[in-house]
Amino acid sequence: MYPAAFRYYRAATLEEAASILSQAGDEARPLAGGQSLIPLMKLRLVRPALLVDLNSIPGLSSIKSEQGVVRIGALARHAQLADSELSQLIPILHDCAAGIADAQVRSRGTIGGSLAEADPSGDWAPVMLALSAEVRTQNSKQQRTIALGDFLKDAYTTALANGELVREVAVKVPAKNSGGAYIAFKRCASVYASASAAVQLTMADRSTCEQAHIYLGCVGLVPLHATAAEAELRGRELTKERISAAAEAAMEAAAPHSDMRGSAEYKKVLVKHVVKKGLEVSLRRSRGEQVEVSHEYVGRI
Amino acid sequence: MNMSVGSERVQIRVTVNGQVHQREVEARQLLVDLLRETLGLTGTHIGCDTSYCGACTVLLNGEPVKSCTLFAFQAHEADVKTVEGLSHNGDMHPLQKAFVQCHGLQCGYCTPGFLMSSYALLSKNKRPTDDQIRKALAGNTCRCTGYQNIFKAVRSAADTLAAGTQ
Repeated sequence: MYPAAFRYYRAATLEEAASILSQAGDEARPLAGGQSLIPLMKLRLVRPALLVDLNSIPGLSSIKSEQGVVRIGALARHAQLADSELSQLIPILHDCAAGIADAQVRSRGTIGGSLAEADPSGDWAPVMLALSAEVRTQNSKQQRTIALGDFLKDAYTTALANGELVREVAVKVPAKNSGGAYIAFKRCASVYASASAAVQLTMADRSTCEQAHIYLGCVGLVPLHATAAEAELRGRELTKERISAAAEAAMEAAAPHSDMRGSAEYKKVLVKHVVKKGLEVSLRRSRGEQVEVSHEYVGRI
Repeated sequence: MNMSVGSERVQIRVTVNGQVHQREVEARQLLVDLLRETLGLTGTHIGCDTSYCGACTVLLNGEPVKSCTLFAFQAHEADVKTVEGLSHNGDMHPLQKAFVQCHGLQCGYCTPGFLMSSYALLSKNKRPTDDQIRKALAGNTCRCTGYQNIFKAVRSAADTLAAGTQ
């Protein structure tokens, strides 16, 4: 399959890319990792007249930590994130990066592309929401910072204006008494998950929860904030029963549709499973335990 | 808009299996078609053509990628390795020998992709665990073997190569 013919431009800076995209309007698309865009172009569901390549722009894929804030460049690839020391420092980032699709897609796909695509089944959005991430954007003249919750407007819809691009994603390094996990369940490696949960707990002591952030992926048009589940945990002792009650509450928050990835009822049950496991792993990690988890699928559970 | 921005044809210089190629390509040409149609390297196969099956896997600067989901221009100034680049002086790579010995293929259509995913793994990880092997192959689909013999082949090649480097 061939995409329709298009003109190609290799941008030297993000400002230049933004300027060209703002002039071209709907006719143009930016190219980051291309792992969603290229298949759409091959199916001719997307037919840009101009593709503005961001891949030669220097410094866009750096991952660095400054004063307790991790700044991830928009062009950082999933594989690069999975291998980075900073992801080891914030295990939920590693859980996500190391399990997205398959090794080949992780080599190319980028975090900025994933967030800007705003696919309801994307992996990064729930994870970054659980970490209260901010998105730094760039147009031809200036930058602005947007809380990720405000950035994600609807399915495939973000707060990005015409000619505005993601420059970086920033998250605070969680406190020592914090632990998080991302659990996604999918049918096989190369597909989107049927349901996922991103959990980040901050503990008051070994067993009492001070703060909980829980976001559900794939079961709504945007990642769903499981507020009732969080309320079950906040200020409470995290017993087995408490964790089960929170997982039940999260199940109620899910609004999945039946599709080839499972029936709505099935996905609701999956939500309970991924939230429960996410809470258990987060709690163990908050106590300093090393726990390795990533996306789950048949043969890898 | 200014219609002079960008071009439908792109000059690229790409190194494939150690050989430098300079070409003017259509912007929309996919990497797999540059390899197969322009350079005549038909060892890389097109299976699903939708970024699912992994038959078209090649290495781009050492990283496994699906060449059906990459434009040829994305290999500009890069190093590409295809299945044709595995053998050395006519002698098959230990991975290829292991696929033969372990019966890691039947029809063979998916094999180039499996070989390149396995090669990418063993280039970075000389002593992979069983789980790491399975995870590295998760982006490749085979409709004949049931995967067990492919896994055995990669396990065997990894052990052979590791023994040789001790």
